[in-house]
Amino acid sequence: MNNPIGSLPAEFENTHEGVKILGFWVFLATDVMLFASLFAVYVVYRSRVALGPTPAQIFALGPVLAETLILLTSSFTVSLSLYAARQSRLKSAIGWLVVTLLLGASFVSLEIREFVKDVLAGHTWHQSAFLSGFFTLVGTHGSHVTFGIGWAVLLTLELVLRGLTVANRRKLFTFALYWHFLDIVWIFLFSVVYLAGVMT
Amino acid sequence: MRPAFFKRPYRKLVPLALAAGLLSTGCGQQYVLLHPVGPVGQQELHLMELAAIAMGIVILVVFTLYFYAIIRFRDKPGNTAPYRPDWHGSKWLEILWWVLPAVLLTVIAIPTVKTTYALDHVPKGKDPIVIDVTSLTWKWLFEYPGQHVAAVNQLVIPTGKPVLFELTADSPMNTFWIPALGGMEYTMPNRVLPLWLQANKPGTYIGLSGQYSGTGFAKMFFHVKAVSPAAFNAWVAKTRKTASPMTMAVYDQLLKHNTTGQALYSSYPKDTFPTVANGFTLTGSGMYMVMRDKNDITYMPMQNP
Amino acid sequence: MRPWFIHLIKLLFPPQVLLPDIVGIDIGLTLSALAIALYLTKARRWGWLWREWLTTVDHKRIGIMYIIAALIMLFRGGVDALMIRSQLIVPEAHFMGAQQYDEVFTTHGTVMIFFMAMPFFFGLFNVAVPLMIGARDVAFPRLNAISFWLFAFGAALFNISFSIGGSPSAGWFSYPPYSELQFNPGVGENYYLLALQVSGIGSIATGINFLVTILKLRAPGMTLMKMPLFVWSALVTSTLILFAFPPLTVALGLTMLDRLFGASFFTLAHEGMPMMYANLFWIFGHPEVYILIMPAFGIFSEVVPTFSRKPLFGYEAMVISLLAITFLSYGVWVHHFFEMGAGPGVNVFFGLSTMLIAIPTGVKMFNWLFTMWGGRIRLSVPMLWQLGFIPTFVVGGASGVMLAAVAADYQYHNSYFVIAHFHNVIVGGTVFGLLSGMYYWWPKMFGWKLNERQGRWAFAFFFTGFWLTFMPQYFLGLEGMTRRMASYPPGLGWGGLNAMSTIGAFIMGVGFAILVYNIAWSRMHPEWDTTGDPWDGRTLEWSLPSPAPAYNFARIPEVHERDAWWAMKQRGETDAVKLSPDQVEPIHVPKNTPMPICLAVSFFVGSIGMVFAWHWMAILGGLGVVAALAYGSLEDDTDRELDPTTVLNTEKRLGRVHP
Repeated sequence: MNNPIGSLPAEFENTHEGVKILGFWVFLATDVMLFASLFAVYVVYRSRVALGPTPAQIFALGPVLAETLILLTSSFTVSLSLYAARQSRLKSAIGWLVVTLLLGASFVSLEIREFVKDVLAGHTWHQSAFLSGFFTLVGTHGSHVTFGIGWAVLLTLELVLRGLTVANRRKLFTFALYWHFLDIVWIFLFSVVYLAGVMT
Repeated sequence: MRPAFFKRPYRKLVPLALAAGLLSTGCGQQYVLLHPVGPVGQQELHLMELAAIAMGIVILVVFTLYFYAIIRFRDKPGNTAPYRPDWHGSKWLEILWWVLPAVLLTVIAIPTVKTTYALDHVPKGKDPIVIDVTSLTWKWLFEYPGQHVAAVNQLVIPTGKPVLFELTADSPMNTFWIPALGGMEYTMPNRVLPLWLQANKPGTYIGLSGQYSGTGFAKMFFHVKAVSPAAFNAWVAKTRKTASPMTMAVYDQLLKHNTTGQALYSSYPKDTFPTVANGFTLTGSGMYMVMRDKNDITYMPMQNP
Repeated sequence: MRPWFIHLIKLLFPPQVLLPDIVGIDIGLTLSALAIALYLTKARRWGWLWREWLTTVDHKRIGIMYIIAALIMLFRGGVDALMIRSQLIVPEAHFMGAQQYDEVFTTHGTVMIFFMAMPFFFGLFNVAVPLMIGARDVAFPRLNAISFWLFAFGAALFNISFSIGGSPSAGWFSYPPYSELQFNPGVGENYYLLALQVSGIGSIATGINFLVTILKLRAPGMTLMKMPLFVWSALVTSTLILFAFPPLTVALGLTMLDRLFGASFFTLAHEGMPMMYANLFWIFGHPEVYILIMPAFGIFSEVVPTFSRKPLFGYEAMVISLLAITFLSYGVWVHHFFEMGAGPGVNVFFGLSTMLIAIPTGVKMFNWLFTMWGGRIRLSVPMLWQLGFIPTFVVGGASGVMLAAVAADYQYHNSYFVIAHFHNVIVGGTVFGLLSGMYYWWPKMFGWKLNERQGRWAFAFFFTGFWLTFMPQYFLGLEGMTRRMASYPPGLGWGGLNAMSTIGAFIMGVGFAILVYNIAWSRMHPEWDTTGDPWDGRTLEWSLPSPAPAYNFARIPEVHERDAWWAMKQRGETDAVKLSPDQVEPIHVPKNTPMPICLAVSFFVGSIGMVFAWHWMAILGGLGVVAALAYGSLEDDTDRELDPTTVLNTEKRLGRVHP
């Protein structure tokens, strides 16, 4: 199943799998709309702090930078996994996928730590419209990452059980798409929520 | 202000166009939207009439073509109408019906823009009476910041003078609507929206809510009494003398979820309307800045339209 | 009895739910469910039901299930409508209490839009689109079944609110803060939020499915500009769904977070912002009304040429206008709340964009008229619905333009004028279109036609009733009557027109009853369609036998022009669709799977848990969802192969093999 350079990657060879990849792109488009709506809500709500804290009062850039680095790295490792899969190196593909999901898990745990800290300080989302918007936007991204981790676990299992079948290659490819998408959303989150929040 | 074609010629046609509906139910005075007693409602009526006539033309054209087509081109033996089984388009016809609706819509669009902007602010050089309106759960609270009186479910306004309503809600959303005077505007929690209306004829008009807000919503009617400016002043003086003051305790009673009758108050606590701060700017058009002191209210135009 | 048990009963059946009529209906429904279960057991039909329907992934069967469910929902929404009209027949009537009235108009709107109109045209998409483009199935058959079952269980969830816990009462767009806990403490609103959320996921999946199907699975030679117009309408509808539903998901989700988890998005306190909901909802809601009407446009663009024996007039303009409407429909949402103080600049922008939509819509209208012009018009039932549509929709469109004149809308807003307008377009457009499509494709679905004579009567009653119901409502609007009033005082002159409107509604009800009778009678006395082409059709689905075999096309047809089947008939090449014994190939068809229904049941269970805040049940449902998804992901063996002999035998039995 080695692909000579210049031909289509395996996940596109079978028309059925190609159709599924298009379907996944379309799904991502709907997810873009979902996040766009949440971003719009957040931006409007940013100044509606009621009696709660302002963005600048609760955002700390340190942990967020760490989260950013972790997620960007995981985007790189998932690409390595896909690259290995295209060269039909099963073990390497599985290895990098596991690294990706571990990085994802540490991202989520960091985020949860931040949330818990805020809530323990009394800043629940009940306190203001701003906090509701903040927790929901960031939380939606976080739950997407969590879902992605679950998916990666299943995918690892399938790779171990069945090897690099055409279906698995396609699944790995769509997973990588999903993961990169979450990365891009995070970059927007980082700038619109955290950077802009700390600046003001 | 308005172009001449927008004023007269077609107005005579409207009663004709609506005759069927009107005649079937009697004299037609109950069609409040068609008999406005103030300038706002009148301008809105002009626009409604213009749009109705333009759309009447469309309906007429389509109906004519439609009935002609089904009668002439029925599939029955001996039909001599030309049968053109391969006719699938005509450049000129199609250009015609891209252009024709566009023209008709332009005819509606221009006055729409003009009226919308014209009605957005109180006419220049006229000082409005300001009334703060709060929709509560199934009742209306009207506070007169210039006169310091308050009323529940009844409204007294002077004729011939614009009235600037500042609308808010301490309840789910409602709309504040006096159909005989003009269109409605939402009352929204955490916001204040402006609406101006004017009555040119003394009389009692019906006001109501247009936005569903719960089981008592259908009971949210109120009476609007338009009286001469002198009678209005007399009413204010009498209310201040005879009615009891509204306290916070009374206001808390009003917040209960129920329907109530009408009431008058000689004064009201100042924290009941959300904009107690000085220098409050009306949301929306931002045409008036309302200055509030402890006991008085002044307003100044923000800009010249 | 234990206290927790009494508490549970009080929670499930609060006093306002235990009205005598509802208890009566509950008993009736339980009895009929038992009767059906008994019949299935006695006739040993459970296995058949499971194998042939519940686990099917065949788009034709899914389509049929959609349509049956939609008809049931049309009945439910229609009963709501009759209850509303009964209450309003005279001033100060007490047919229902205000609370019950509020619940009834809420469920009427929600059921009709989300659980009647949408599944109905999803059903027609399923039935017709793959056959029209020469495909063997949709792109993702299993996802298609998931969509259906999510809709079905979403609808079930919404409908059980009626007898368990109380129905939602905040109106079909459910504006906060009225929909918040502070004003709406019951579980009804939770039902609304979760039911729409669950079926909304299904709708998004359908959108993805049909977009990809149409883009990728067309028969060779069928370029985009050779597609039947109905397929175009399915394409643009799918696109609209994809971009319109996520904002709805957000609007509903945030309300749910407010209600169930104490967030402060739209609350009175903590600087919540109800207007944000209005924006999010109508960013969805306005495209939604075009989602509802576009399929009807597509159906009429098939029905008119067929029954006029003429090609569609101005095909290109029809496509361009569909695309124009799609594009513009995202830019008009503020016209639902001009009165929320956005200022004249914003209002004028949205008012003018709304008027702009009237242009492509008008173009379509003229093109249909000129399709009939110079044709030979047969007044069959599908065509009758179309002929009912034109005048009704034109009046609705005209009143829509009147509403778009911003300053005038300040007077019309939320009055009965608006009610009349949108019923004119949604009933006169969407429902007439759907029924037209149902009569049109019915033989293709079942192999027998619906009786024409009864169909005409159904149409006559429905159409007459419609005009009698809704024309007076324009005048009620001019009299200042606002929508959603549980009762109205005498002395305002509203009585007469309301009485007329109520009479009309009951005439519509008779029309619906005749329609149901029509279906039942025709089932008992079937008029078989042996040709597969009962209407002398123009598009590829009529080249197949009725009903089509599981794999649709034994040989994928080659397409050279629009109205491909008509062209084949004109040239006398209809034998081209037949099979030669030496051409037969094995065909891959998707295998049945229980995964979609299990997924939907899990969603259902989890949603009930959320509605009543029973966390263990919500978690149980969530685990079920995860398990079903994991099972679906791990199951690799999703196709089966029909060997050539089976295909050949099937085609032989259908008489479609060259000797």
